[in-house]
Amino acid sequence: MEEIKAAIEAAVPGAGVELVLNPSVSAQHSLRIAPGRAVAVAMFLRDDPELAFDFLSNVTGVDWPDKEITEKVKVTHQVAKTIDGVEQTVDETVEEVRKHVEPGCLEAVFHLYSVAKKHGPLVLRMRTVNRTDQVELPSLTQVWRSAEFQEREVFDLYGIVFTGHPDLRRILMWDGFKDHPMRKDYVEPDDFEYEPTPHDEVLKRAQERRDKEQAAPAGTTRPPVAPAGNEGTREQRPVAE
Amino acid sequence: MAETARNFFGSYVSKDRLTTVEYPEKRIPTVENARVFPFLVYDGPEWEAGLRCVACQICEKECPPKCIYIDKSKDKKPDFVGKPQFYPARFDIDISVCMSCQICVEVCPFEAIKMDTQFELATDDRFAGLLLDRHELAKSNEYYRSIHPTEAGEVDARLNEEKVKAEAKAKAAAEAAAAKAAAATKPAEPAEGGD
Amino acid sequence: MSLAETKTERVEGWNRAPVIAPDGEGELLEVAMGPHHPSTHGVFRMDVTLDGERVIWLKPVFGYLHRNHEKIAEGASYLASMPYTDRLDYFCSLTNNWAYALAVEKLVGQEVPERAEYIRVILAELTRVQNHASSIGFLIQEMGASGTPLMYAFKEREKILDLFESLTGSRMMCNYMRFGGCRVDVSAAWLDATRKVVAGLPQFVDEFEALLSTNEILMARCQGVGVLRPDLAVNAGVSGPMLRASGVNYDIRKVDHYGIYDRFKFRVPLGDHGDIYDRYMVRVLEMRESIKILEQALPGLPAGPIMDAKAKIRGFRPKPGEAYGRIEAPKGELGFYLISDGGPNPYRYRVRPPSLINLTILEDMCLGHNVADVVLIFGSVDIVLGEVDR
Repeated sequence: MEEIKAAIEAAVPGAGVELVLNPSVSAQHSLRIAPGRAVAVAMFLRDDPELAFDFLSNVTGVDWPDKEITEKVKVTHQVAKTIDGVEQTVDETVEEVRKHVEPGCLEAVFHLYSVAKKHGPLVLRMRTVNRTDQVELPSLTQVWRSAEFQEREVFDLYGIVFTGHPDLRRILMWDGFKDHPMRKDYVEPDDFEYEPTPHDEVLKRAQERRDKEQAAPAGTTRPPVAPAGNEGTREQRPVAE
Repeated sequence: MAETARNFFGSYVSKDRLTTVEYPEKRIPTVENARVFPFLVYDGPEWEAGLRCVACQICEKECPPKCIYIDKSKDKKPDFVGKPQFYPARFDIDISVCMSCQICVEVCPFEAIKMDTQFELATDDRFAGLLLDRHELAKSNEYYRSIHPTEAGEVDARLNEEKVKAEAKAKAAAEAAAAKAAAATKPAEPAEGGD
Repeated sequence: MSLAETKTERVEGWNRAPVIAPDGEGELLEVAMGPHHPSTHGVFRMDVTLDGERVIWLKPVFGYLHRNHEKIAEGASYLASMPYTDRLDYFCSLTNNWAYALAVEKLVGQEVPERAEYIRVILAELTRVQNHASSIGFLIQEMGASGTPLMYAFKEREKILDLFESLTGSRMMCNYMRFGGCRVDVSAAWLDATRKVVAGLPQFVDEFEALLSTNEILMARCQGVGVLRPDLAVNAGVSGPMLRASGVNYDIRKVDHYGIYDRFKFRVPLGDHGDIYDRYMVRVLEMRESIKILEQALPGLPAGPIMDAKAKIRGFRPKPGEAYGRIEAPKGELGFYLISDGGPNPYRYRVRPPSLINLTILEDMCLGHNVADVVLIFGSVDIVLGEVDR
C-alpha cells in the first residue's frame, strides 16, 4: 500500500494522498485522495504498466452526518466581587459546557481491480467539503466507463454532484423526486401508502392525515382512504387475558 | 420429433412423464422441509394451557420485516410441565408481511414457534384476514409431528432430555434438602438422650 | 425530432459511444420498449430512437423495482439482511447468500468448516447450472421460439429447485448460508437425490446443444451481433460470462481463490468475437464445467460440523471497519461492501450488482443494429431486475 502511495505522489504532483487504515480483520486499507487531482491520479493508476488498475469494480457513497460534540471546559473569568467591603477583581474558575458541530461530509469510495495483473482491490476515497452546498466531486467516467451508472446512482441516492459526468440524472428514483433517499437524515414521506395496513406507525400516520384532510376543504383528486370500519385494527380487538 | 413422441406416448406409461396434476382435486405432497408461515406449538390437549411460548420476544426482535407483535402477560401461569412461566397475552403475525425466512424458528430458545406448510390461506379480507392471532396460530405438537416428522422427533428428544435433567436436578435437590433436615434434627437427639 | 435536439452532451474520450448520423430521409422515431414488455426480463425500459429500423440512440431506464434494500439493511441486523439478499437476484438466491456471508466473514475474520465449504460449492454450482439453462431458454424464447425450449430448460431447473426445497425449505428464497457455515446439514437422502440429478445433467446439456448450437436461425441472428471489444468490456466493468465471451480470461473463482475452488479442476471457457453467439456458447460450456465441479465435489464431501462453533447468531456486533467481499455469481461479479461501526446494524451496506454494471455498455452494443437485435442483445446480457434496482 505504501508503495502505491509513493508511486502516485511521484507521478502526480500535488495529489493529496493519505493512507486510511482499516481496523477490521480484512485489512483492506484505503487511500484518500484530494478531489482536485483525482482524475490525474485515476489515469495514472489505470495507465501505469505495473499497477494497471483497469477494472473499476464498485463505486459507493457514504454519508457521514454532522456530529455534535459536547465538552466541558474549565474557563477562568475575571469577576468583580465585593469582599469585606472592598471591591476587587478575582479570578473564578467555572465549568462551562461548550457544544460545537463537526461538519459531516459525503464520501465516494472506489474499488479498483486489475484484470491484466490479477491483483486488487485498491480502495480509493474522496470526500466532499460538506453535506449541504459544496457537494461536488470530479467524475471518473472518462477514466473508467463503469463509473457511468454507478456515479448516477450515488448522485441519486446521496446527492454528490459529479462534475464532468456526461449524463448526470437520477437513475433509480423518478426524475421529479426531491430528496436523496440513502442519507441518514432522510424522512420517508407518509403519503405513499395507498391504503393503510394494520401496522402501527403507518396506520397512525395515515389516520392523522385522513383526519386532517377531512377537516380541510376538498381539493385533492386522490381517491379516498378506506373507511375505518374495514380495517381489522389491532386496537379494536379484545386482548386475551 | 422423437423427443416429443417419447414424452407424449410415454406419459401414458410412466408416471414421471405425466407432469400435470389435477389441482385442486389432487395435490402434490409437500416436501418435508417446506416452510410457509409460522405457527405456535402447544403440548397436551388444551392450546392455551400448553403453549410453549413464554413471550421472551426474541423472535419479535429478530424478525426482519417485523411482522410479529407480542404482548407479554403480567402474571405467570404453569406451563405443560408445571413450571410457572410468562405467556403471551397477544401474539399476532401479519402474514401479508411475513417473508417465510424461518429466522424466528432459528432463534427461539423454547422450540415454541415452528414453520407450517399450509399455503392455501387466501381470504378476501385484506387486513384482518391476514393478521393471525395466537388462537389461529396455536397448533398441537401432534400436528407438528405429522407435518415435519424428523424435525419433531429431534425436538421431542431434546425437550425430553431437558425434562429428565430437570427432574434429576429436582430429585437431587430434594434429597439434599432431606439430608440437611435429617442432619439438623440429629444433634438434638444425643442432647436429649444425654439429659 | 432531429439528432441535434437530443438531450445530453457526450464527453470526449472513453465514454463516447459512436455517433451514428441518420441518413436524412424521413423522421426519427422514438420508442419506449417497456416497462410492460414480454422480453425485458422484468420491469425495465429502453428509450430507443430509431431511424427506420436502425437504432441510433438508446437509453436504459430502470428503478421500477427499487426497494432501497441498502437502507433496509442499515436498519436491520446483519442476520436479518440475509433473507433480503435472496431477493436481489431471485434466480440465484444461494450465490447471493454466499457473497454476503463471505463479505461478513471477511469483516470479522470468521472461519468456515470444510464440510460447509463443500456444501457451498455444490449449491453454488447447481445454481449456476440452472441459471445458465434458464438464461439460454429465455434467449431462445426472445428469438421467437415461443415457450418450448424455455420449458425444456426449466425441466432441469425444476429438478434442481426441488433439491433446494428439500434442503433449505424453499425453492427460490433459500436463506441458507450463515456467517460461519450453513444453516442445516445435508442428509444422505439428499445427497443421493443430488447425485441422480447431476448424473442426468450431461445428457441434458448434450440434447440442448444438439438442438440449438447448429440451429440456422440462432446462428444467423446471433453471430456478429452485439459485438463487445475486450478493452471496452474491461473498462466498462463488465464481468461474468459476458466478459469471458469477449476473450478476457478473468474468472473470480480462479483469481480470488475464495472458498475451496482451488481443489477442483475446471477450465474457464473464453469466446473469440464477443457477440451473442459467443455468450451463448460460453454459458453452455460453463454449464459443462459446473457439472465437472459437481462430479468432483459430491464424492469428496467430508464429515464434520457445518457451522463454526464460535460463530454467533444473535447479538452479532462486528468491530468497526470495512470489508469488500465478492464472488463469481452466475451473472458476474457480485460484491458486498460493508462498513461497520461496532453496532448490531451495518453502517453502510452496499451491493455491487453485476446486472446493473453489465448494462453500462448496452447502448454501445446496440447502436447501428435493428430493433429486433436489441431484444436479443439485451437478453444475452442476462440481467435480473431485482439485482439492477435492489
